[in-house]
Amino acid sequence: MRDSPLGKIDWIILPIIGFAAAILLWHLLSQTVSKDLPSPARAWLESRDYVMKPFEKRGEMDQGILRFTWYSLVLVAKGYAIALLAGTPIGFMLGLSKTFTKAVDPIIQILRPVSPLAWLPLGLVLFLGAGKRASEMGALFTIAVCAMWPTVLNTAVGVRSIPQDYLNVAKVLKLSRSKTLLKVLIPATLPYMFTGFRLSLGIAWLVIVAAEMLTGRPGVGGFLWQEYNALNYAHIILCILTIGIVGFILDRLMSVVERRFKTA
Amino acid sequence: MSFLEISHVRKSFGESPVLEDINLSIEKGEFVAIVGFSGVGKTTLINLIAGLFKPDSGALTLDGLKIAQPGPERGVVFQNYSLLPWLSVYENIELAVERAFPNWPSARKRQHVERYIGMVGLTPAREKRPSELSGGMRQRVSLARALAMDPQILLLDEPLSALDALTRATLQDEISRIWQANQKTVVMITNDPDEGIYLADRVVPLTAGPGATLGPSFPIEIPRPRDRKTINHDPRFKQIRRDLIEFMLKSRSKRHIAITKKLVLPDIEPEDLSRPRRIFANRRARRRAEIKEELVEVQ
Repeated sequence: MRDSPLGKIDWIILPIIGFAAAILLWHLLSQTVSKDLPSPARAWLESRDYVMKPFEKRGEMDQGILRFTWYSLVLVAKGYAIALLAGTPIGFMLGLSKTFTKAVDPIIQILRPVSPLAWLPLGLVLFLGAGKRASEMGALFTIAVCAMWPTVLNTAVGVRSIPQDYLNVAKVLKLSRSKTLLKVLIPATLPYMFTGFRLSLGIAWLVIVAAEMLTGRPGVGGFLWQEYNALNYAHIILCILTIGIVGFILDRLMSVVERRFKTA
Repeated sequence: MSFLEISHVRKSFGESPVLEDINLSIEKGEFVAIVGFSGVGKTTLINLIAGLFKPDSGALTLDGLKIAQPGPERGVVFQNYSLLPWLSVYENIELAVERAFPNWPSARKRQHVERYIGMVGLTPAREKRPSELSGGMRQRVSLARALAMDPQILLLDEPLSALDALTRATLQDEISRIWQANQKTVVMITNDPDEGIYLADRVVPLTAGPGATLGPSFPIEIPRPRDRKTINHDPRFKQIRRDLIEFMLKSRSKRHIAITKKLVLPDIEPEDLSRPRRIFANRRARRRAEIKEELVEVQ
């Protein structure tokens, strides 16, 4: 920003104008093209209870929006943790071993573009034996499988792009395997790993909605699908906004963490 | 047999030979400088001694043992410092000490690290990261790290070439001082003949590549401690300097005549306008390539 006083105002005013324009467009659409779309005012009125009492529990599928968000976040956290725990070692192996890369890379390239909607049924089948917890396990499986790839690939790229200098240091000092991993390989790869972690978190949050929709679990996605079936269209918009805002916040948080490790 | 013995070593990368028929014997406690133009394979030579590369043929032995891989008895100072940026000065050196003396009690290790940080004058900067240090300071850390392993031989790969002239002079004096105090065997690679003559017992030129080889040794019989200011006027210094540079330039000018290169010359045939044109006919210009052999002088 060259002219900082004006620049600051720009940062506040221009987004407000943008939001106002979007809401206006939404209003016009609801009045003209799509009469079933609730107008912004109606959407707010119908959602007010969910927003103003965000933690209230009135029934299994009738809870405050933040309570639903919390359910979703817990599920995402579990699936995401699995994705990182599985993805990082695979990424390291890909980065370190050409043989492993040749053997596994084609599988990854084929599995990577598969949609969460395709994985979920498989996940449910896999955990059919789990009884009551089958839907949770299926959802976790889907989140983990879909969210893993950015971590795998970024870690692999990170390991491959470790400067030869650092590897030479490890060789010349004759560091043991574990020391090399802890003191050289992991620190040198961290920035890449965190880029992968951030992208993975974004995907995990995308997948949660699909997983909840299909399994009917309580959560933002489950609520969205239920309200669509119940013809409460206003709540769909509430859910979309919630999902968007939460995703945005998660991304910001991760990029703060990421930047901390970039400088290190 | 000498302490470090390099005999008939040859190394190439792919098709192009880098080093050919390298022979060198270095006695214990000797300071040898290898001088060569940039890009002739000096770093390759030091990496061979360090054990990072394997020779295509020939053998390198240290104290009678064949060099097959890197080892703690050979301390290396790399051209670009090669410090780990996520570790402090202390931790960078500690990493080497822990590896070299795993059985020492921790107090002794700490003392040892401190001593070498002190030796290169970096005690005030011991908790700093490499990114907070100047180039000269980083190279001192790198030197301290190599020395702290108490190696039998110190390999310096153009340790000062990235530094400004003043820092370079200071560090030259420091290397000279540390060498005289420790009496380690040192092999230093440099592109500066003056630096080599000032520091070393013996200077060995590396001829211009490809397929560089070592020239005759130039023993430096100027007594130590050498004085930076007066050494320039010492007739022995001038003589060695003249001979050394003459040898190196000669080795390069020999290469002028040796190289021929194949050139692919594009030759575009002009379109024949007299022929009747057809709209959909292929109207691309016809090319003929010709391979011409030409003598190219490489400077």
